[in-house]
Amino acid sequence: MSEASNAGPALLDVRDVSKAFGAVEVLRSVSLQVKRGEVVTVIGPSGSGKTTLLRCVNFLESYDSGSIRIDGKEVGYREAGTRQRRSERDLAAMRAETGMVFQSFNLFPHLTAAGNIMLGLTKVRGKSQAEARQIAEHWLGRVGLAHKADSLPAELSGGQQQRVGIARAVAMEPKILLLDEITSALDPELVGEVLAVVRSLAEDGMTMLMVTHEMAFARDASSRIVFMADGGVSAVGPPKEILAEETTNERLRTFLARFRASHF
Amino acid sequence: MGYALNFNLIWRHFDKLWGGLLLSLELAVISIAIGTVIGLVLAVWYVSAGRVVRAIIAAYVEFIRNVPLILLVYLVFYGVPTVVDLAYSAPTSFVLTLSVYSGAYLVEVFRSGLEAVPRGQLDAGKAIGLTPWQRLIHVRLPTMLRITLPALSNTFISLFKDTSIASVISVPELTFGAQWINFNTFRIVEVYLVTTAMYLLTGYILLFGLRLVERRFRAAR
Repeated sequence: MSEASNAGPALLDVRDVSKAFGAVEVLRSVSLQVKRGEVVTVIGPSGSGKTTLLRCVNFLESYDSGSIRIDGKEVGYREAGTRQRRSERDLAAMRAETGMVFQSFNLFPHLTAAGNIMLGLTKVRGKSQAEARQIAEHWLGRVGLAHKADSLPAELSGGQQQRVGIARAVAMEPKILLLDEITSALDPELVGEVLAVVRSLAEDGMTMLMVTHEMAFARDASSRIVFMADGGVSAVGPPKEILAEETTNERLRTFLARFRASHF
Repeated sequence: MGYALNFNLIWRHFDKLWGGLLLSLELAVISIAIGTVIGLVLAVWYVSAGRVVRAIIAAYVEFIRNVPLILLVYLVFYGVPTVVDLAYSAPTSFVLTLSVYSGAYLVEVFRSGLEAVPRGQLDAGKAIGLTPWQRLIHVRLPTMLRITLPALSNTFISLFKDTSIASVISVPELTFGAQWINFNTFRIVEVYLVTTAMYLLTGYILLFGLRLVERRFRAAR
């Protein structure tokens, strides 16, 4: 696999990360670099470890070996190589540097759209209520929901909830945004509005690592695509190369053929 | 049936019932407040603790739930001062007992509520960088409260009625007041009719208030 495109310093540097749930190896020596401003998309069949990989990056999951660094700093453990887990306080501080958007939105149901965004800003970033409110309104405007600032999640459509989810993540000004199948739980007609927001963030230069089944979107928005199979990275490259029908990677070809058959 | 209802004697001694009701409410409020603190602390501890602590908390809950309250009341009021050099009044003794008793029930209510908070919400709290304590206060407890409110209302009403057991150690609450009037006037039907009505009405008012709170929170779900 050609790694020539990774000559610059990586913002996210995943090296040889392995993880097993009991006897099941979900990640097998996964390595992956994301440079500042890059949008990297992870595709692959379900059960290939995509989501687990993403959850390891902000240490929602621990891993058994290997190293994950963001901006040169080891994420979950005190030092690369040691298995000494960071303190919860340290972990919280590390996680504040990454934003995450979830498949099932995971908004806080007791807080309004603005409240969801303000929680991290006030409690983690130490901003005043007024300042946090201003930032929340700014981001709600960016995702087209300025008029919904005081609505509770239950009063919003799935697409609107997910846009609040995105606003909540980016308002923290994370170094990297992790998007975990963020359109999979949405009705088809709501997918577009969410992807439009992601696209505009990409245009702003937000660094992103995303797992998605939206191949057309992956092709248009990604700098690179990573194909995972059986817990390992099977192919990495620019979208044109990875999504080409004549790819020589057997597993990738099967995956894409099956995907095309079911989606077109 | 030659029994003619006559409430005159009841009204003459109504202060015993009214004062009793106020004391019943006081006993309930204090005990439930202490019990809620016990329940919350132990429930939060339980869900984050290891096996030993869990076993100890579970043993407390099981013990209390399997012993009749009246026995616990006797045990604390007559038993404990016999063994240990401690003196306390009957009301204090009862509040102590009902607090520990309600704590056990409330641990269960809060624990199941905490465990019912969707994992995704906790993940979201982690992802924005909240510390474990902040996640508890700002994410887990508010959602838990929403989930447990109906069960909580039922438990509170039930505990209010349980204050009647304080009468067995002569705490002058509502049921004791009723017994006093009965012994002194022999108007057994009248006094228990009035007392029942008083429990019923108070219970309804409490329930109504709690349902209002529930509705407010449910709207905010």
